[in-house]
Amino acid sequence: MHALMQVLGQEEQAELARALGAVPATGARMSRRLVLQGAGAAGLVIGFGWLAPGSARAASPAVAGAALGPLEPNAFVRVGTDNLVTVICKHCEMGQGNTTGLASLVADELDADWSLVRTEYAPANVKLYANLAFGMQGTGGSSAIANSYLQYRSAGATARAMLVAAAAAQWQVPAGEIKTGKNLLSHASGKSATYGEMALAASRLPVPTQVELKTPAQFDFIGKDHASPRVDSSSKCNGTALFTIDVKLPGLLTAVIAWPPGFGARLVSFDATEARKVKGVTDVVQVPEGVAVVATGMWAALQGRKALKVQWDESAGATLDSEALLAQYRAQAAQPGANFARPPQTPPEPTAALKMIEAVYEFPFLAHAPMEPMNCVAWLHDGVLETWSGHQFPTFDQKLGSAAAGLPPDKMTLNTLVSGGSFGRRANVWSDFTVAAVNVAKAIGGRAPVRVQYTREDDTGGGLYRPMYVHAVKVGLDAHGRIAQWEHAIVGQSIMAGGPMAMMIKDGIDPTSVEGVLPSSYDLPMLQGQLHSPALAVKPLWWRSVGNTHTAYVMETMMDELALAAGKDPLAFRLALLGKNPRATAVLELAAHRAGWGKPQRAGLAQGIAVHESFGSVVAQVAEVSMKGGKVKVERVVCAIDCGVAVNPDVIRAQMEGCIGYGLSALFYSEIDIKDGRPVQRNFDTYRALRIHEMPKVEVHIVPSTVAPSGVGEPGLPPLGPAVANAVARLGGPRVRRLPFTRSALVAT
Amino acid sequence: MPIELNVNGQARTVDVDPETPLLWVIRDDLGLTGTKYGCGIAQCGACTVHVDGEPLRSCSAPVAAMSGRQLTTIEGLSSRTAKAVQKAWVDLDVVQCGYCQSGQIMSAVALLEKLPRPTDLDIDHAMAGNICRCATYHRIRAAIHAASAQLHA
Repeated sequence: MHALMQVLGQEEQAELARALGAVPATGARMSRRLVLQGAGAAGLVIGFGWLAPGSARAASPAVAGAALGPLEPNAFVRVGTDNLVTVICKHCEMGQGNTTGLASLVADELDADWSLVRTEYAPANVKLYANLAFGMQGTGGSSAIANSYLQYRSAGATARAMLVAAAAAQWQVPAGEIKTGKNLLSHASGKSATYGEMALAASRLPVPTQVELKTPAQFDFIGKDHASPRVDSSSKCNGTALFTIDVKLPGLLTAVIAWPPGFGARLVSFDATEARKVKGVTDVVQVPEGVAVVATGMWAALQGRKALKVQWDESAGATLDSEALLAQYRAQAAQPGANFARPPQTPPEPTAALKMIEAVYEFPFLAHAPMEPMNCVAWLHDGVLETWSGHQFPTFDQKLGSAAAGLPPDKMTLNTLVSGGSFGRRANVWSDFTVAAVNVAKAIGGRAPVRVQYTREDDTGGGLYRPMYVHAVKVGLDAHGRIAQWEHAIVGQSIMAGGPMAMMIKDGIDPTSVEGVLPSSYDLPMLQGQLHSPALAVKPLWWRSVGNTHTAYVMETMMDELALAAGKDPLAFRLALLGKNPRATAVLELAAHRAGWGKPQRAGLAQGIAVHESFGSVVAQVAEVSMKGGKVKVERVVCAIDCGVAVNPDVIRAQMEGCIGYGLSALFYSEIDIKDGRPVQRNFDTYRALRIHEMPKVEVHIVPSTVAPSGVGEPGLPPLGPAVANAVARLGGPRVRRLPFTRSALVAT
Repeated sequence: MPIELNVNGQARTVDVDPETPLLWVIRDDLGLTGTKYGCGIAQCGACTVHVDGEPLRSCSAPVAAMSGRQLTTIEGLSSRTAKAVQKAWVDLDVVQCGYCQSGQIMSAVALLEKLPRPTDLDIDHAMAGNICRCATYHRIRAAIHAASAQLHA
């Protein structure tokens, strides 16, 4: 633990925590380092300290189809003599489309031909590739495009300026007369050259220290629908995309680990006699995680693990039971906790005149369950460590991975690959999958490269969950139907406690536990908050949209209950509380307008509405829900988002669709129960995921904006649950206060 | 025990435990990694391949039962229908993380080979066995309709 605390400096911790959602952004999150001054004005000229001159080539292995220099003005772009443009992506692609986004930023300022643009992943190098919002190299907090917006544009503009300067010198014409477009330089005299033809000459010129960026009116890709389609579509449609599970190396072995069966369980002893008899099993070794069975292939490893006899001491966690825990949390919610908003008034305000609305909400543990179960390939050889994985937090993975190998960080090379999803799972300050692979590689003496592959059960049953939470809310309305009192208690594990970002916890408040209640989009000066953060043997982790996963549900279903109690329309009631928030007002009104809010619906169909701000973006959704035989179906979701400049509109639409589907999956079906210290749900048969016939139609409307981009990968999720729940209540269904909906029998299991 | 297989039109012989699920033979022994592991219990469909043209969850099918049958993986797709499906997937930018998409495409191709003009309900039935945690379902449906339209253009 102590070693972990030293992984990041204090400022890095603060930056990381903030960017990961510790403080719900109001659009100002990036302001310290990246101010988009005068973005709408003509000819933004910027100097930059973030375009480190170092070349990526030295540290990055050759990638098929990638440009081989020679023009490498910075660590983010290469223009080859073959006329290919390669964008070096510092962020991990988990499906959210950021490689396409980063390439679009470079291509736009470079005036590139999109068909000649390639992407590759940056090596671990925090000096060159830090997330400017974190101060470390990592992807999370919906920050990839937001923190890279000026950096990657500058990188492209620099390359363009050098190509233009080279052409001007060669053609003896003023640089200002040279036009660029689609990888081509041209002059009115009839002279022209491809970028590839001019790359060598350009590479001999000094790198400019400042460049002029385009005005929004000059954009060719940014904000243009389908101008820069996804860079990863083809490879993901023909089976050639290389995921961690697909890595091939000479002599590569596969390992599965016998993990502790319950939380807090400890290894007592094991007998590997039968396991070693399985054909293909090469090693059975003890590692800090448990017992690793190493084999020539996955099936042999699994058969070996089945034959392995392991004795565990489960006494430490044996009494852990999620149902009992909920009861304990409910009791705790009634007790005073740490204040996270206005401290309680003394003497308390008179409540006799108020109409009181009270509710207790219960949220289960959630596993991320990305399609690709966790994995990592590690190879210890010749005094160095190499890993291949969806390294979402390279800075942590490098420090913790190299430490596990007993090597200095600079002796570890990380090869970042596309991830089969993450939703927060790989953004992990413990680097569990990387460290496990290194531990196994070490335990077999570096004899061969080895892939540690989690099974679905290992991954879903292994903790690192969105914690369980209980909210207890009491709201008093005055005679005019206005909110006069709001008492809000939250009970649930702190995600940051016990980890390298624990320093973000101030006065007992982990900001990720309360974000969305405080701060909130609404003007609620009367809100009094109390937080309890019990510690458990189950490791917590951020899960797509972090604290907003539960706070938005509470706030936005409570808004509907209050509107009803005040005799007001839910939309009008919200708008009255958003008077100081024109951005949220506009987004909410857009969603309502596009959905036809207030218009009569056919029998058995109702609309529910919700709005929520997270990761610097505002999203409002209207869910249309039908009910038949007591079971609900979400027919359509109309979604509006303000995320600043919409770099890739279609990627944004895809993220809204994805957030809605992922959110609906959790709302309807997802929970990890714990009995006798063990997780109950461990695979998709019991940890049910949304399927195609349950996916609603989704309609996305993006608010036009010239403000710097904000998050997209997560903000579409928080409003979904409450919008659906509000519609259910309007259909005459119950006010659902315990998730998932299977608990209320509103959906078939 | 040597087992003779026909994979993507090629005869292959593997010497493995006959109980080995086809998935791991395809991936580990034949090196065809486009087919993915997701759950191991035929719940998610990431491992879908074609056996004599029918979609099959290869994670739960012992390899011994596959002898003498025509196996097709994502790498072996070549029919007009398959090309139309892959093109529609790219045209509509269906993918996000992409991990499930080999399986989705295998299920979609099998559907269209059998029902060239599927209804939404047909799509629901054919595709309900394939989970996508990125929830690209909306676009999968649109891409199947687009491929169908292209095939009949």
